Formats: sequence, structure tokens, C-alpha cells
Amino acid sequence: MSIKLEHVNYIYSAGTAYEKQALKDVSLEILPGQFVGVIGHTGSGKSTLIQHLNGLVKANSGVIYYNGENIYADGYDMKSLRGQVGLVFQYPEHQLFEEDVLSDVCFGPKNQGLSKEDCEKRAFEALELVGFPEKYYHQSPFELSGGQKRRAAIAGVLAMKPKVLVLDEPTAGLDPAGRDDILDQVKYLHDQTGITVVLVSHSMEDIARYVERIIVMNRGEKMFDGTPKEVFAHYEELEQVGLAAPQVTYVMHDLKARGIPVDTTATTVEEAAEEICRALKR
Amino acid sequence: MIREITIGQYYPADSFIHRLDPRVKIVCTLLFLISLFIQNSLLGYLIATVFLAFVIHASKVPFKFIIKGLKAIILLLMFTVVMNLFLTKDGAVLVRFWIFQITEGGLKLSVFMAVRLIYLIIGSSLMTLTTTPNALTDGIESLLRPLNKFRVPVHEVAMIMSIALRFIPILLEETDKIMKAQIARGADLESGNILQRTKAMVPVLVPLFVSAFRRANDLALAMEARCYFGGEGRTKMKPLLYRRQDYLAYAFVAAYVVVAFVVGRFVPFHIWIF
Repeated sequence: MSIKLEHVNYIYSAGTAYEKQALKDVSLEILPGQFVGVIGHTGSGKSTLIQHLNGLVKANSGVIYYNGENIYADGYDMKSLRGQVGLVFQYPEHQLFEEDVLSDVCFGPKNQGLSKEDCEKRAFEALELVGFPEKYYHQSPFELSGGQKRRAAIAGVLAMKPKVLVLDEPTAGLDPAGRDDILDQVKYLHDQTGITVVLVSHSMEDIARYVERIIVMNRGEKMFDGTPKEVFAHYEELEQVGLAAPQVTYVMHDLKARGIPVDTTATTVEEAAEEICRALKR
Repeated sequence: MIREITIGQYYPADSFIHRLDPRVKIVCTLLFLISLFIQNSLLGYLIATVFLAFVIHASKVPFKFIIKGLKAIILLLMFTVVMNLFLTKDGAVLVRFWIFQITEGGLKLSVFMAVRLIYLIIGSSLMTLTTTPNALTDGIESLLRPLNKFRVPVHEVAMIMSIALRFIPILLEETDKIMKAQIARGADLESGNILQRTKAMVPVLVPLFVSAFRRANDLALAMEARCYFGGEGRTKMKPLLYRRQDYLAYAFVAAYVVVAFVVGRFVPFHIWIF
């Protein structure tokens, strides 16, 4: 179930005044079951990158393999790829259109050619997986709150039973409680079903708490790729490109600079607290 | 996919044409369009071609970008050509088969109509490509101001137009995103017959309309929050002022129109290549 990109280049509006190289020679591999975070600030190419994963955007050069098969090969079944690599866009408003939530979630499986009963079964499962309250199943998706809309949108993709779930900034525009809710739910989903998750965000805090691997994008290029600890060790370089490490990284570095012998690789508040206690006990 | 549509889109560049006062560009475009329709000879169209080529060159907009706008009218163009070709009965018959016949006059008219339509689109896209939507409506508003005396709400009309123009690229981009979101859910927007394809557009159109209404609401609120109440007593931060280059452009276009008119009407010089 791996997705492998080899030397992918993508240029927007080639040959016009708006020409812009969105991806420069990007090579990476996403392994089955991984929880990957893609980070970068606006215009770094992260959204373009994930649209390559299910073939929505075709690279100008380079190859993408899904399960070892070249997705640009003649006769490759793109529709089946899109069922297996589920992509949830940033704004749920861009996909919700049906009269009620349940039929909207059925849209994906219906396009896969399933019967009405199967579609509804899938929809119920998906809505339950994302923790969508049952009392809203028959409500119009346009009357939901921001957080619930987002859940409905994620369910709409999950109902297609993808092997890989790609989420483009699922927390944009949500309040802190709603943000934690959604991310906890995604984490739960990953742990329960073993689905591969690619999470795009520009918040280091979000990413650090949940993912096992971080890909940092900068101006269309892959800048770092590694575990959170490895990536945040470069916190000074991250700052130079307009990103920042989680706040605890700075706290730990400052503590060390003032002579408290802490290990500076903690990436979450919990880890940092433990580390400080350990250092102070000594 | 949908970004390809260029009508009503501004192409940023720094050229003589870009720097002209929008009123000059509007009036000159109108004059050019009129000149196309009073033209009746090949020589006249040659002059129009030279003029258009000159302006395109001066605008620094790549030719490829300009002709992209023509894609939208291909159907209309073919329809016009076919209709003129077969339905005009004027002059010697050139070809005759079954109930159709092509006459010399019909051929001439259909070629001229095609050239007129193509130049009309190129001429007007050249105006929108080199003028920002804001400048364009400022120009229209200023040109139509005399109509205020007849109680025509010129400012309001101009504001509506500028908002409409401003929203074209935004809504196009939004459509692109919505289409992608639905394709990602397995929607098939491209295959099937007309009925199936129209039905397949529902998942795109519903979110698009919802978002257009939401945007309109937000915009109205933002305008009211800044005390917008219409055109009365409203001043401009950058009032339109004619400069030397604008008079030059007027003179140049006037010269073209005179030459084209004189040549098109009075020079008994009909080049026919048949």
C-alpha cells in the first residue's frame, strides 16, 4: 500500500506570466500504516504535493508508484486509485451538497458502484468512526457547525474505504477544542483501523503531538523528512524559512542554556514535563 | 483545467498599453470594433490586422495567451460561418450541390464575419488583459457619468460590474477546487451523454451556489461596515487624469479609424484571391 514519488516536478500555468514551479524534484515514500505530517507555510507546495497522491494533478515530470504500479501508465485505473487514496480537502463546504448528511456520505460509495444498502451501511460505519452525532444524520449538511461539517466531509471520504487517508489542513478555522477533537478522532481512526494517514498542517504543535514522521516542504522542495525529534533538532533552520518548532522545544533549549541538564529533544508538553522533573530530581 | 478561460482576466505586465488611462482603452476598443464592421474590403482588413498586431506587440501580452480566449467562441464562430456561407444569395454561384449553393457574396460575407468576430474577441480581450477590472469600471463610470442627468444610477451599475468582474477568477478557482473535491470522491464529470453529464454537475453546482451567496453576503456586510452608501458625494483616491501618452493614443487610433474608413469605403481597390 505504499506510495512512492520519484523526482516529481510540477509547474502551474506553464508558459504564462503566472508560471510558478510548485514542486521541485520531490522524492519520497509513504509506507503502509504510517502517520505522516506534511508541514510548510502557505505556498510551500504541500497542497499541490498531496493532490499528486491520488492523481488529481499530473506531474510535469517524474513518476508516482502506488503499490509498485506507475499511476501515469496507460490504462491505469484512476478511479480505483481515488477510492484507495482518499483525499479530504481543506474546506468541507467544497464537497457537501446533498439534502442530508447521510446521502452526502453515500456519494463516494455510490460512485464506486455499490448498491443502496451497501452505501448506507458504509455511511453509517464511516459516520460512527469520525464520531458524528447520530441525531444530525438526517439534517442538511449546510446547517452544521464547522467541526461537524468537517466530520461529515471526512466520513464522506472514509465511506469509500480508502487504504490511505489524506487530510488537507483539517483543523483550519476551528477553535482549539474543535481542533483537538478532530485530531484525536483521526488518531483514534489510525490506531483502530491501521489506515495510513497523511496530515497536512502549518501548526507544528498539531503535528508534533500526533505524527510519527514529518515532511517539511519549503518553496516546492522537500526540506526535511524524519521523526519529529530529528526534524525539530533543526529548529533554527525551520525558523529561517518562516516555520517554528513547538514551543516546548524553545523552553527546553532555554533551560539547557541556563544550566539545567535537560534533554532538548522533547516534542510534546507531556514529554517535556517528565524530562524537567527527571532533570530537577537529580 | 478550468483556469484556461481568459476572458475578463488581467495579465500583469508593464507596457505602454497597460499604462494608458482606462477611458482611452475603452473608447479605442469601441472605435476599433466599429471600424471592423464598416470595413468591406480585404485591404481594409489588412490594415486592421497590422493595427491589431502592432497593439498586441506593444501590450507585451503573449499571443498564445490572447488567442486562448477564442476557444470560448469556436461554436458561435462555426455557426456564423456556416449560416452566412449557405444562406447568402448574392453574386455568381460558385458551388452547387443538392439544395445547397455557395455564392461569391456568401463566401465573402462568411469570411468577413469570421474575421470580424475573431478580431472583436481579440480586441476586447486585449482591453481586459491590459486593464485591471477596477480601472476598467472606473473608466466606464467616468465615461457614462453624463447619463446621471437622466437618472441612470451610473455609479451603482459600475459597482455591480466591477464586483461581477472581480468575482470571475475567484469563482473559477472555487469551481476548480470543488470539482477536485468531488472527483476525489469518485465523481465522474467527463464521460456519459449530455443528460448524465448535466446530472453529474449537481455536486459541483450546489456547493458553488452556496459559496457564491455566502461571499455576496460577506461582501455586502464588509461594504456596509465601511459606511458604503452609493455614489453620491463619493470621491476617488486616484481620480482619472489624461496624460500626454493618452492623447497620443487617441490620435493614433483616430488616424487608424480615418485611414480604415477611407480605404474601406472609397478606395476602389478590391483584391480578390479566388
